[in-house]
Amino acid sequence: MEVLKIATAGSVDDGKSTLIGRILYDTKSLTSDKLEAIEKTSKQRGYDYLDFSLATDGLVAEREQGITIDVAHIYFSTKKKSYIIADTPGHVEYTRNMVTGASTSQASIILIDARKGVIEQTNRHFFINNLLRIKDVVVAINKMDLVDYSEDVYNKIKADFSDLMSKRDYQDQKITFIPVSALKGDNVVNKTDKMPWYKGDALLEHLEQLDKKDIYNVGTPRFPVQYVIRPKTEDFHDFRGYAGKVYGGELSVGDDIIVLPSKTRSKIKDIYFYDEKYQTASRRSSVTITLENDINVSRGDMIVKEGDLPTIDKQFTANVCWMDSNQLTVGGKYVVQHGVNKVLAKVDRINHKIHPDYSGFEKDVTGLNVNDIASVTFKLNKPIFYDQFKNHRTNGSFILIDTQNNNTVGAGFIQ
Amino acid sequence: MNKDTSNINSLENEAIYIMREVAAQFEKPVLLFSGGKDSITLVRLAVKAFYPAKIPFPLMHIDTGHNFPETIEFRDRLVKELGLELIVRNVQDSIDEGKVKEESGRYASRNMLQTTTLLDAIEEFKFDACIGGARRDEEKARAKERIFSVRDDFGQWDEKNQRPELFDMLNGQIEHGQNVRVFPISNWTELDVWSYIEAENIEIPSIYFAHKRKVFLRDGMIWSAEDDVVYRDENEEVIEKMVRFRTVGDMSCTAAVLSDAVSISKVVEEIRDSTISERGARIDDKRSEAAMEKRKQQGYF
Repeated sequence: MEVLKIATAGSVDDGKSTLIGRILYDTKSLTSDKLEAIEKTSKQRGYDYLDFSLATDGLVAEREQGITIDVAHIYFSTKKKSYIIADTPGHVEYTRNMVTGASTSQASIILIDARKGVIEQTNRHFFINNLLRIKDVVVAINKMDLVDYSEDVYNKIKADFSDLMSKRDYQDQKITFIPVSALKGDNVVNKTDKMPWYKGDALLEHLEQLDKKDIYNVGTPRFPVQYVIRPKTEDFHDFRGYAGKVYGGELSVGDDIIVLPSKTRSKIKDIYFYDEKYQTASRRSSVTITLENDINVSRGDMIVKEGDLPTIDKQFTANVCWMDSNQLTVGGKYVVQHGVNKVLAKVDRINHKIHPDYSGFEKDVTGLNVNDIASVTFKLNKPIFYDQFKNHRTNGSFILIDTQNNNTVGAGFIQ
Repeated sequence: MNKDTSNINSLENEAIYIMREVAAQFEKPVLLFSGGKDSITLVRLAVKAFYPAKIPFPLMHIDTGHNFPETIEFRDRLVKELGLELIVRNVQDSIDEGKVKEESGRYASRNMLQTTTLLDAIEEFKFDACIGGARRDEEKARAKERIFSVRDDFGQWDEKNQRPELFDMLNGQIEHGQNVRVFPISNWTELDVWSYIEAENIEIPSIYFAHKRKVFLRDGMIWSAEDDVVYRDENEEVIEKMVRFRTVGDMSCTAAVLSDAVSISKVVEEIRDSTISERGARIDDKRSEAAMEKRKQQGYF
């Protein structure tokens, strides 16, 4: 069974947690003890409906304030698929956690409150989806029960959103509009009869039909070496294996390869997954590779196929999503973690800040504040081997680590 | 090898990747081993991650002294068979040293006390990464935790200020004194673990299978009456039932479930049809709505 990871996004009180709770409830994924707890607490608080956000807002501070602070990962399955939903915060100040949740997702749901329509946060959420190149986006127009299930309201929001869509740079996204009421359960798991004018699928029906091949970015094979396995035992005296995960495409026994950065050539001798040998390693498999020649390969090196080299350079330009309360400034030094490889980087220049509402660029910027998104050029102390993010999600992305406190302070998408 | 079509295989590949990141990024990692199904699964994944080399870190059991005997026997056999190093630290020692106070009464449990023993052991051995078998589907505070979860000098989790964790990149850089709790099976569900145990034919303690056992009933739950670790009132009658345990924690806070599942495939079937969550049988989670979160803030794993 395949697993589909979905991120939700929406502003505060748009009903993300309620939507997820509704999905869990209607697919009978809530166990009786969890449901009992929700019933009990809802009653205690004097609500006249079940507060499903209690199922996902797992922290005390979240329940106190009635908001989502950090990503919760929610699991459920249907007969067709296993799902992981990253329930991400809607507050501007927790954008970093939204990016965290969305970075590993193949699809996303952006919620809009039907009474409020497209607001500034919607722009931001769509922008981040666009930046992360998430292929399938569902725009769920929620709280339709509060606008009398009006087709006009739905059409107006759809038209406003289409205006945003025309401004994005990544055109391959598939966007589907679904009018729902998470609270009442209309068009979430089951089709409702309250909106006969809507001819499309309910939300879950739509997710069930997503084709995995369409939503994953495949790219070309890259094998960053994570760990060198040298058993030094009698049975495996000369064994020297390179453990790692295959990103993009696949690698096969006999492939002519090049090891970066040394550019040494070799051939793949064996591919191990535990004690079995395989002819081919497919994308995202954590295998161990041995090579024909005894060459020096260490963690951070990358094995690629002959004739298919990434860019090897000591500088690059990327869209950076800045996540720290300390400013990013020109001249600042950070650790760039690119896959499993770490190098020291210096901010060479901030080219321009990008407004997530698509209203344009801001030049002459000297620093980035938390949640700013900007095009930044970095210089590195050693070359890295990268692809453009649009062609290779894994090999085109990186994180920035503060050298003082070791925090992850930014995410980057190489241009 | 076309392994990416199946959920369980993609989870396995992800967990192996995480294990290797731990071995590569840290100087003194340890795998927290309780003898339960989740940590047994971790050991299996670690064996696979480093084959044909041995697992490059030891196992550590924080023994509450209230373990099911079947679990301890199993633990020792597994460690011997795989030729691994096992460190055991006892909650009883922390009690004897006066560092923690044993609870008393009907709901007494040593589960909370483990935290102190764990933190002392981390300091004693200077472990910088502790691999644990926690899963996000277990509990709502756990659903919030990162795969690399940074803990401060006091082992505390700052739930409001977690490091962003993007794509597959795991940032294991820490300051001296901090440590990282690592959860390679974060994204697995209880059913995934059981399906994996079935698919891989992994041996687990007999306690997970249905067996006749002396028990008593309290608060709608079934408690073991086989020995005196679990407090029992005189009026709580001992009966014999076919039961199994879904989770194997401290005996004093782990209830049994009625079952006739005597094989792994029957267990998988039972879990698939169950309408009660795994933690529904953990009494310590029911102490308050935020029981787990509070324990984690104090350094619980």
